[in-house]
Amino acid sequence: MKEKFKRLFSGGLGQMTIPIIALALLVIFNLIRDTSFFSIGIMHNNDGNAVLSGNIITIINGASELAILAMGMTLVTAACGGQDISVGAAAAIAGSVFVKVLKASTAISGGTVVLAFLCACIVAMLFALFNGTLVAVFKIQPMIATLILYTCGRSIAYWINGGATPTVYSSIITAIGGFIPGIPVPTPVLIVVVMALLFRVLFHFTSLRLFTQSVGINGDAARLNGINSTFIKLLSFLILGVCVAVSGCIGVSRLGLINHETLLLDIEMDTILAVAIGGNSLGGGKFKIGGSIIGAYVIQTLTITLYAMKVSSTDVKAYKAIVIILMVVIGSPVVKERFGKFMARLVHGSKRVSVKGVEE
Amino acid sequence: MKRKTLLLVGLLVLACLLTACGKDKDELIKIGVVNNPPSESGYREANVKDMEAVFSKDNGYDLKTFYSIKNDEQLQAAQGFITEGVDYLLISAAETTGWDDVLKKAKEAGIKVYLFDRMINVDASLYEAAVVSDMAKEGETAVKWLLDQNLSEYKVIHIQGAMGSDAQIGRTNALEEQFKSGKMTKVAQQTASWSEDEAKKIVEAVINSGEDFNVIYAENDGMAKGAVAALDAAGITHGVDGKVIVMGFDCNKWALRELLAKKWNYDGQCSPFQAKIISDLIKSGKAPSQKTIINEEKGFDAKTLTQSDIDTYGLGD
Repeated sequence: MKEKFKRLFSGGLGQMTIPIIALALLVIFNLIRDTSFFSIGIMHNNDGNAVLSGNIITIINGASELAILAMGMTLVTAACGGQDISVGAAAAIAGSVFVKVLKASTAISGGTVVLAFLCACIVAMLFALFNGTLVAVFKIQPMIATLILYTCGRSIAYWINGGATPTVYSSIITAIGGFIPGIPVPTPVLIVVVMALLFRVLFHFTSLRLFTQSVGINGDAARLNGINSTFIKLLSFLILGVCVAVSGCIGVSRLGLINHETLLLDIEMDTILAVAIGGNSLGGGKFKIGGSIIGAYVIQTLTITLYAMKVSSTDVKAYKAIVIILMVVIGSPVVKERFGKFMARLVHGSKRVSVKGVEE
Repeated sequence: MKRKTLLLVGLLVLACLLTACGKDKDELIKIGVVNNPPSESGYREANVKDMEAVFSKDNGYDLKTFYSIKNDEQLQAAQGFITEGVDYLLISAAETTGWDDVLKKAKEAGIKVYLFDRMINVDASLYEAAVVSDMAKEGETAVKWLLDQNLSEYKVIHIQGAMGSDAQIGRTNALEEQFKSGKMTKVAQQTASWSEDEAKKIVEAVINSGEDFNVIYAENDGMAKGAVAALDAAGITHGVDGKVIVMGFDCNKWALRELLAKKWNYDGQCSPFQAKIISDLIKSGKAPSQKTIINEEKGFDAKTLTQSDIDTYGLGD
């Protein structure tokens, strides 16, 4: 245990050091501030369902879209060494398609919802393929390549539904965005769990993790070893496309309408941040999806903590920026190294050797 | 030589024919509309559709439109319409201020200006007529209804529309008076700029801060819907038998259906159908007898609302 603790401080836990410390700090801060922050209760909502409520639930529920996007973004980051900044706009397109298909049917049944989701998925993957082709085939910097869709994506979403903000009314949609009758856990949370499991299964039964890492570290070397790096990059974008469709559909279901201008607005920056807080190198290579998921919850905990401190929703962004600067600076290699040396000097003497041993 | 003259004559005849064709188009009345974008709300969607239907080619109009939620972009567009030489300029301004110069230029150019939906802070001589909703009255009707509910205490979350718009100012003022008199308590007062998502965030923030509230006064239906989504997620009841009273404006059909299902309590009407009135004024060719023409509007209570009300007054589908 003591060993582990020491390793944590010298950055030995590797990637997971920053996200875990950040989350722990936020939890400790809230414990000191107000213990009732963590209380969870059961309430009955308008449909008569017993539902869990409390700040913790709000955090886990509210971060769902972000967590799902962060999973896909981690893969793209690892494979391409760059980020897709069009996820928010693409989610607006996917959401618009979702609503368009739902609106086209007279009565919304389980089948139509599945069909609508599949259509949203296909469209999102087509746009992801467009991004992926620019990056993988034409070797354009990911941020520049996806800037195109970032700029025009919401206009495309605007065309799909003719500029309106159509509403969809169905108990199934309410269940997806809120609660399934009889289950007190918010449905988006369940969807995150399913997505995380899917990634786990994917990595378990394929060599995608290894291939992605080698492409990210050195694409040419990977190619010489028989890995089709273009295909791996395209694949990472396609998987992100699925994540985009899922989070777009959750976003639509929460409100029961699509507003192409505001759906998941500014989420791309939070997603990239989640990946960064997760300890993943934004330059590609080794990655941990678990880290990004924790990163997403760190960001949401920060937001809700600020809300709980009665900071208004318009001011939150500024405060968030300050905390994030601190987090990133603390997590930077320079600070980590100095801190590691400082700790080593503190424990001194014989223990100093053991720390060195870990480093070696 | 002879052939060349023939060709020249032929071309001249053709040119004359073409200008004759062009002349046909000149007889259309040129209308320039500066409006807010249809994505803003269900109200605007109905408003834009109505404009396009009334000022159609079949009715003898040549319609040019510009949509933006930003006042400076609207001003530029209006300027553009004046340079282009439209006959009539129709404006629903994003903000009530800043329009003097543009309207003066329009007057110099002999362009008649009609305001619709929202008033502008300018001298009345600068426009022909304003066909508007009385936003202040809408607010007063809503607040009066709220007072009639005789709650023991009023802890209000006030979600405002885009700041500076006539709709926001009118609907805010009535409630602001109650805050000042101490009859109602302001739990939160913040603008969501007509956005559902932003409204949801505002209510979430209040819920997470642990503050108590029992009224949500949202200045349009979309923001009320966002607020209700936050309540649902937190397991807080709302509507006729619920803990929180939900109020919206605009009377979209889907919103009125929420009222009928007793999930909301009140919806204030805001009529988006001004095009017909303006068209009649233009066609009559006479100056309107009064400067401000007000659309009659009501407020609906979930307890008394009927399906036929929805069919008559609801917007959209």
